[in-house]
Amino acid sequence: MTSAVTFQKVSRHYGAVRAVDEIDLEIAEGEFFAMLGPSGSGKTTSLRLIAGFEQPTAGHIEIFGQTAEGIPPYRRNVNTVFQDYALFPHLNVIDNVAYGLMVKGVSRPDRMKAAEEALALVQLPGYGGRRPGQLSGGQRQRVALARALINQPKVLLLDEPLGALDLKLREQMQEELKTLQKSLGITFVFVTHDQGEALSMADRVAVFNEGKIVQVGRPQDIYARPRSRFVADFVGSSNILPPDLVHRLTGEHRWGSLRPELVMLSARASEGTLPGRVVATNYMGAATRIAVDAEDLRLHTIAPAGMTVPSVGETVFLAFDHGHLHLMDDEP
Amino acid sequence: MRSDRRARAPLGLKLAAAGGLMFLHLPILLIFVYAFTTEEKSYQWPPPDLTLRWFAVTWNRPDVWQALGLSVRVALVSTAMALVLGTLCAAAVSRSRFFGREAISLLIILPIALPGIITGISLRSAFSIAEIPFSTWTIVLGHATFCIVIVYNNAVARFRRTSGSLIEASMDLGADGFQTFRHVILPNIGTALLAGGMLAFALSFDEVIVTTFTAGQQQTLPIWMLEELVRPRQRPVTNVVAMVVVLVTLLPILAAFYLTRDGDHTAGAGK
Repeated sequence: MTSAVTFQKVSRHYGAVRAVDEIDLEIAEGEFFAMLGPSGSGKTTSLRLIAGFEQPTAGHIEIFGQTAEGIPPYRRNVNTVFQDYALFPHLNVIDNVAYGLMVKGVSRPDRMKAAEEALALVQLPGYGGRRPGQLSGGQRQRVALARALINQPKVLLLDEPLGALDLKLREQMQEELKTLQKSLGITFVFVTHDQGEALSMADRVAVFNEGKIVQVGRPQDIYARPRSRFVADFVGSSNILPPDLVHRLTGEHRWGSLRPELVMLSARASEGTLPGRVVATNYMGAATRIAVDAEDLRLHTIAPAGMTVPSVGETVFLAFDHGHLHLMDDEP
Repeated sequence: MRSDRRARAPLGLKLAAAGGLMFLHLPILLIFVYAFTTEEKSYQWPPPDLTLRWFAVTWNRPDVWQALGLSVRVALVSTAMALVLGTLCAAAVSRSRFFGREAISLLIILPIALPGIITGISLRSAFSIAEIPFSTWTIVLGHATFCIVIVYNNAVARFRRTSGSLIEASMDLGADGFQTFRHVILPNIGTALLAGGMLAFALSFDEVIVTTFTAGQQQTLPIWMLEELVRPRQRPVTNVVAMVVVLVTLLPILAAFYLTRDGDHTAGAGK
């Protein structure tokens, strides 16, 4: 498996601020890779390091085996879809899409033909004559995608590309992007703060926090086996159980993570259940999220539609398979 | 806004507005009328008779051509200098953060806030200390101080409205610095530069105060006019020149106004 992007102990510091701090990373060719993290965690800086807009303070970056430090953005076979799309307002859609070919000196008929094809690829055929200002957010997104793809990059970088779209459009674009990535076979590196987006789209996810990568893995692994409390809490939501309680339940003195959907409500006590009092019920359509105070903790459980939902103040018993309790490292 | 459109202005307000506009523009018309008068020693109203003679007289006066030539040369060169330096300053101030950025921004704008007489005196003493003889270039330097400000102000406003990711997008798509400047930056700030350049040209063309201190014995057109006014002979020649200058400068200023009028959106913004 060829590696598309490699980071070796890469840092990017701004004075005392360690935006990216000694990151090691390997992105495989053809992979749909998500960088997930809260704002200021270093994910966008890492993306900009790949694009060439930032240079590392220390460490080594390779793109398809070639050293990337010191290479300007215009000499990297990498293209970016920007968060604000960054379409050129003085050019119409087709000239925007053909820009990359224009600066390379491709003749006008050839680049117009290629741009039409790229527009068809993102399902905007015939929109070439319009101005970016005349398009909706979703259409601009597609133009930005076509413009980035026309240079046939080896790696496509996407910086929160769906952030400005409404929910319905976002879900649709998620599916389209994934289909497009599979059919083109290009490596996609995708920055997002939306854990749902990262889980649903990516082959692998890197979770960033405070300039470091705290966990890398397949979405299923990260969700089921978060390494630390931060990952458990940031990726999905989780009931974090302190070591003392985990020790009583399992005999091991470690932090535990228990996903709400794996916790059942029971009306009577039995072996291994935790008694608690319902403090809130949150109706969400497909399910109801129930908050229960037990063992001096606020724990959550999900009751699928159709189940009887206890009322606030009622005493309930929380039941779960102890095998579902995931034990984590001691770090936060 | 809707109610403003429906309601008609009261008659008094209309008259006041008309009066104000007339006060502003009638004197200019008077200048035009005197260009055709037959009386050459004083401005007599109404003109005793009308003639086109002064156009021929003006055409044949070498001092008019000399002053006009000098003014055009000075205005062209100082505008060109201002376009280059003003744009570079604007790019630096709006694109990067560095120590003393605000101070530099203020220092660039200062010459236009300072009274021209201060700029003039200080330049004159600086020239004499440095033993620089008066020439076209000393006038150009004086004019460049305020021309740069005009271009800078126009360019900096446009740079602020141009999203920074446009430049990154261009680089990302394979354009080097020069291509990015030519294909992205210039088209986005072009109208602002054109407007700034025209205003700078117009300002330089009719500048008197700084010029008197930096010109020595040379006469730019406005200085020639001032001196002409105190002479008793061929007075309408000044009016002919004034009329031509008004017509020639009005067109570029109108053009600048129309060019910058519809540039109010942020270039490259997401929405």
